[in-house]
Amino acid sequence: MTEINAKTPMEDLTIGGDIYCAGNAREFKTGDWRSMKPIWLEEKCKQCGLCFPVCPDNAIPVGKDLKRKDYNYDYCKGCGVCAKVCPFKAIEMKEEGVE
Amino acid sequence: MAYDMKEIVANKPSRFTEGHRMCAGCGAPVVARMIMRALKPEDHAVVANATGCMEVSSFMYPYTAWTDSFIHTAFECAGATCAGAEAAYKSLKKQGKLPEDKTTKFIAFGGDGGTYDIGLQSLSGAMERGHDMVYVCYDNGAYMNTGIQRSSATPKFADTTTSPAGKVIPGKMQARKDLTEIMVGHHIPYVAQTLAYMNFKDLYEKAEKAIYTEGPAFLNVLAPCPRGWGYPTEDLMTINKLAVETCYWPLYEVVNGKYKITYKPVKKLPVEEFLRPQKRFKHMFKPGNEWMIDEFQKEVDSRWQELLNLEEITNK
Amino acid sequence: MSIRERLSGNEATAVAMKQINPDVVAAFPITPSTEIPQYFSTFVANGEVDTEFVAVESEHSAMSATIGAEAAGARAMTATSANGLSLMWEMIYIASSLRLPIVMALVNRAVSGPLNIHNDHSDAMGVRDAGWIMLFSENNQEAYDNMLMAHRIAENKDVLLPVMICQDGFITSHSIENIQLETDEEVRKFVGQYKPEHYLLNADEPIAVGPLDVQAYLFEHKAQQAEAMRNAKKVIKKVAEDFEKWTGRKYEFFEKYKLDDAEIAIICMNSTAGTTKAVVDQLRQKGVKAGLLKLRMFRPFPTEEISEALAHLKAVAVLDKADSLNAAGGALFEDVTSAMYVNGKHVPMVNYIYGIGGRDTTEKQIESVYSDLAEIAKNGKVENPYRYLGLRRREN
Repeated sequence: MTEINAKTPMEDLTIGGDIYCAGNAREFKTGDWRSMKPIWLEEKCKQCGLCFPVCPDNAIPVGKDLKRKDYNYDYCKGCGVCAKVCPFKAIEMKEEGVE
Repeated sequence: MAYDMKEIVANKPSRFTEGHRMCAGCGAPVVARMIMRALKPEDHAVVANATGCMEVSSFMYPYTAWTDSFIHTAFECAGATCAGAEAAYKSLKKQGKLPEDKTTKFIAFGGDGGTYDIGLQSLSGAMERGHDMVYVCYDNGAYMNTGIQRSSATPKFADTTTSPAGKVIPGKMQARKDLTEIMVGHHIPYVAQTLAYMNFKDLYEKAEKAIYTEGPAFLNVLAPCPRGWGYPTEDLMTINKLAVETCYWPLYEVVNGKYKITYKPVKKLPVEEFLRPQKRFKHMFKPGNEWMIDEFQKEVDSRWQELLNLEEITNK
Repeated sequence: MSIRERLSGNEATAVAMKQINPDVVAAFPITPSTEIPQYFSTFVANGEVDTEFVAVESEHSAMSATIGAEAAGARAMTATSANGLSLMWEMIYIASSLRLPIVMALVNRAVSGPLNIHNDHSDAMGVRDAGWIMLFSENNQEAYDNMLMAHRIAENKDVLLPVMICQDGFITSHSIENIQLETDEEVRKFVGQYKPEHYLLNADEPIAVGPLDVQAYLFEHKAQQAEAMRNAKKVIKKVAEDFEKWTGRKYEFFEKYKLDDAEIAIICMNSTAGTTKAVVDQLRQKGVKAGLLKLRMFRPFPTEEISEALAHLKAVAVLDKADSLNAAGGALFEDVTSAMYVNGKHVPMVNYIYGIGGRDTTEKQIESVYSDLAEIAKNGKVENPYRYLGLRRREN
């Protein structure tokens, strides 16, 4: 955990702005940027893999079984690149907050 | 081992994490992530980043999206900064001050502003001196971080905030600089031009070669910017595809002076297919401006032909 | 055991660097510091050091590569002058903000333009607020000694700031003088090994260096730098004490030359102090109570100590070898006068801009400053505190 925030006194900030816990950006959630939400339609998905590498936000988890899982909405910014590359219409873009 | 994208994504960790603040649909993170995946999992990397979109969005204090060591100093010196770290590695390794069984690789990332323009000298110096490092230019064709100003990578006629398409001057009046060829002129062991296309095979394999070729290597990677280019965010891969299929962005590599075009479209598409979906070229499609598209096409054709010739000559 | 030698200032600096045996040196030629990388690359070519020498394509890259190397975990050094430092300027601030204990030799020369390759202090004054520790050297011996002390200061955990060792271009950099050198073994023992706590090449703890530091953090990070600069004072003192124990050569924040019983005094830095000492001696023989304060430690600036040392004087002249072009006075003058004011000491003070672009500073000129001071001491009045020394003007 990164215990540094806008209230941390100067004595407790790392010097030079160095960060010693590499990859801690995961603690910063970007899911609330989303206005459109991708919905994964598992039944239509053929696990072709085209959507795996195109997500700028690494929000499509891929298991050791080489199959994708449902979105990690903590990070998905709703760009829709995944939906566009899907040849099987297995990803639908819906307006965020509309069920 | 044959390239297996699913295997790579599933089993090689993402070394450029989620939680970064690049715009939705940005073309750069997918490129950075795949390049970093080309590292052997057991190897450590030092990444140097020029100031730009990628840097300010991936290391905003106190959060870093890089799981490897990372250094950002300034806009124009990713090449020299990376070279310094590499020199330190060489020195400390030689003196036995670092563990013998660990390997560190050196990768610099810069946008086209930080690479084609302000950082060209630093890049050229680092390549000429033969540091064992890869410099990756993620080329989005303008100074996107400061708000879409033209760079020397900006294509001809593009409408940017410092080459606006006005009543008298229709956008940028100069053709883009061919940085990949400039790097070939450095006679370094590996130079390639690529982008994220199809299943990312071209990008991954070139990254792997660049990282594991001893000595300096350079990758020029087209990384579309939905905001700067004016297309809907979801079209990233379509734009990439059109860039390749029109031969606007040829995929090729130069290994020890030998050219190899790694993808040749079966049927080369007219470049207007690439131009039309992008707002930055909108003025080119106004009646009376057909000459602009013609001229653009001629430029693309001549550069493609030049590349075909180079491939032929250097492989004789 | 010290070794008696005859070396130029540049050679003395290069020899100090050889004895320190840094991991990386990245440098670019510029007069009058060019000889430093020349000598040093010869040491590298002959296998006398373990250093990786990076012959960069510019000073901007020299400092960038030095930063990259130091952040990676290496002891990294460079050398430059004038426009070289100007080109580095952006990276100078970045080096200190990243808290990298880089050591650089600055062979002082006039910053263009017009182009002039000779000595003044305009290069150093251009980076006086950049967060570097700045030590000045009167002669070759001091340039060598300051260099030997630099890493112990820079790398101290309470400091972690870069250090710049200044000396006068040509005047000391190119003149051969007698010098006492220490042995390689003893130098390495004194300087010690560099063991950074966090560094890029530590694969077991990858780190990130050089963030975008937004409004919530930059202020605090800058204040940390300021704190480190305050801490540097006691470290510089301690290192000098250890150095004296080792070599017998004594260094303080500044040297007081016949100052304690003086009535009038000059403050200056680097080689001019040598000329001034000669004049002080002559004046003392004539019964004039003249003295000198030669400032060694310009950054951090020893405000209390300077005001204390000058408090008893009747008149003081501050000699600035760079003009601030601000219609108010030179940088050293500003620092000294504000030190006096803040510490509640009032002594009439006058500023002389001198030696610009390598203009010779003669004993006669220094003498004229003392006679001006005698006049000021007599009537307590300073008319026009912002003056020139050795400037050609129309007589009327």
